[in-house]
Amino acid sequence: MAKKTIKTAPQKTRAMSPTSSVVGAQAGYVRTEAAPLLPPPPSEVGVTGWLYKNIFASMSDFGSVRSAIKSILIAVLTIILLYFLITQTIGLLDFAIFSAVWSDPQGLKREVCWTVEQGGALPIGWHAACWPYIQAKAKFIFYGAYPNEELWRVNLTYAVGALMLAWVMIDRLPYRKIVGALLLTAYPVLATIMLTGGSFSISAGAIGIYTIMGLVLITVGRLGNRGYFSGAFGDLAMVAGVFGWILVLFAAVLALFSVDFSLEAIDTSDWGGLLITLVVAITGIVASLPLGILLALGRRSEMPVARFLSTVFIEFWRGVPLITVLFMASVMLPLFMPEGVNFDMLMRALIGVTLFSAAYMAEVVRGGLQAIDKGQYEGADAVGLSYWQSMRLIILPQALTHVIPGIVNTFIGLFKDTALVSIVGIFDLLGAAQSTLADPAWSTPVQGLTGYLVVAAIFFIFCFGMSRYSMYMEQKLSRSRNR
Amino acid sequence: MTQPQNAAAQATDQNTVVSMRNVNKWFGQFHVLRDINLSVEKGERIVVCGPSGSGKSTLIRCLNRLEKHQDGDISVHGIELNNDVKNIDEIRREVGMVFQHFNLFPHLSILENCMLAPIWVRKTPRAEAEEIAMHFLTRVKIPEQASKYPGQLSGGQQQRVAIARALCMQPQLMLFDEPTSALDPEMIKEVLDTMVELADDGMTMICVTHEMGFARRVANRVIFMDEGQIVEQNEPEAFFNNPQSDRTKLFLSQILGH
Repeated sequence: MAKKTIKTAPQKTRAMSPTSSVVGAQAGYVRTEAAPLLPPPPSEVGVTGWLYKNIFASMSDFGSVRSAIKSILIAVLTIILLYFLITQTIGLLDFAIFSAVWSDPQGLKREVCWTVEQGGALPIGWHAACWPYIQAKAKFIFYGAYPNEELWRVNLTYAVGALMLAWVMIDRLPYRKIVGALLLTAYPVLATIMLTGGSFSISAGAIGIYTIMGLVLITVGRLGNRGYFSGAFGDLAMVAGVFGWILVLFAAVLALFSVDFSLEAIDTSDWGGLLITLVVAITGIVASLPLGILLALGRRSEMPVARFLSTVFIEFWRGVPLITVLFMASVMLPLFMPEGVNFDMLMRALIGVTLFSAAYMAEVVRGGLQAIDKGQYEGADAVGLSYWQSMRLIILPQALTHVIPGIVNTFIGLFKDTALVSIVGIFDLLGAAQSTLADPAWSTPVQGLTGYLVVAAIFFIFCFGMSRYSMYMEQKLSRSRNR
Repeated sequence: MTQPQNAAAQATDQNTVVSMRNVNKWFGQFHVLRDINLSVEKGERIVVCGPSGSGKSTLIRCLNRLEKHQDGDISVHGIELNNDVKNIDEIRREVGMVFQHFNLFPHLSILENCMLAPIWVRKTPRAEAEEIAMHFLTRVKIPEQASKYPGQLSGGQQQRVAIARALCMQPQLMLFDEPTSALDPEMIKEVLDTMVELADDGMTMICVTHEMGFARRVANRVIFMDEGQIVEQNEPEAFFNNPQSDRTKLFLSQILGH
């Protein structure tokens, strides 16, 4: 039954056969033996095939004057580009590795990277990386002013996060969904406590009130589930139940935050460097995706209020530059807050960055939703799935797969945009590196280049990693779906 | 096939599965369904035919609320079809639908396509849902494709999966919206064979189709629609051999003429 489509009627032999042209001429033609299977030409397979397809295909056509000119032009351009590529690569390798100063055994500091002209020992015209400077400033570039003796907390947080992330990303490991869920729920709480030290002064009363309110709402939801309320009140009760759980969880998190783990409290103004970049970028990435999905669904919703609010939100946040958002968060927000309420500066930047990228994410996701055939919605409706079920099980998995490149594009943009927080006095990776340039003890002509090279390399590693993983995801998903 | 107990659905009316009274529907200015009155008994097999744009698809899509009618009453299994989401959900659980373009879920395997609704809508345990899915995939004769994805199957196979997917919810009524119109001629037969078997098992069916051979072989009643109205309905023999209205005669001469 499965092979039913492949009919082997004798008239239907492949067109590649040398005698196929005869078919038209002779009405009663019947093939008596199969056309021979010939080996492919060398331009199709093997090393020559690869070279031909990937390099020479565009410049080996000399069939006419036009195509010959085109081929020559492409060949010349290729050579020019190759020349630049090679010289630049050699230059970079020379700067960063071969000519670089690697160590400072005598503790000369800046003088180790000075040429004879400047009073050092290096030959005139030397121009390469000064790695001892990075070694000396590494702690500041990676952790900012975070106290040295507490750095294990940051490293432990990194290690746990990296381990969990790797677990989720490796397909063969068991319990990936559980680890992923913990990564999104328990890990942020753990990271907050580890990095700040926890034991915030949160009044027990507030926690108690949230808990009681949550429990009441959960009870209402339970009653609604058992049908004690009629019609629309039943649905309201269910919503109340969900809110109740959120409140109770919120209270639990607050309670955890107020516990004294006897970790030294470290103010976020002491955080800096790569730590800040990662905290801002990861919080932004993790929070903006679900928020963006909700906004996209809201904007396509049939409920006018949800649609209106989502549209206004998206258009507002897309309409202002991130710098403005950060300035507003640092300067304007305190003006609107009641006296004595002091929002942490990093917290404000986090919220600003998250909302900003959520608006972009929403538009990317909306693009994916629009690409889904109407038949998918109808198919899901017809089998009786509810709105949220059909979104979660049918529509979003397909829509998000379609827009993986766009989503990762937004992630990468967000990651790099974190550098803007230095404008409101938070020392991210770039800001921290830049501030080390002011240290006269390491003042050399190559100081800035070396510092920026490190920053660029770190940004590149993270962004390239995201890019490659997204390509892997795309291939994996398209493999499993289309063959 | 064993029908699940559904007291609520059966309580109001014993044998009437679908009842439409004075149903009207508009798409903007366009009056797509005009004063439709239709009643379908349990076990009936009804074929709806008519020229394109006559509202036949819209008619059956109104029965599970893929389209909303603006005027008149529709009840399915005695459940009134109105704005109440509970009623809509209840009706959709009992009504299976097969689409022209299959509308399988391409990101799920064949088996997952069939298990999805039983698990999430009927809350069937996973193992049992898998058993049900394999049972119906066997019935449509493609159990060996269960682990493949829809994109790997031929059109005819996909449509049979779509039928199995609908059957997995163990519906009381099956709606077919031009199930063979998007298929290659070679594949139409395998889908029609599946539908004939289903009809022979006593399933209540409403089919929008141009397959007149199928209508003759299977239908209890053929409904001819034009310009949003039911122009003529009759038993297949009488309908094909002795059509009453001129519009029906013209239509039949055009589709049976060659």
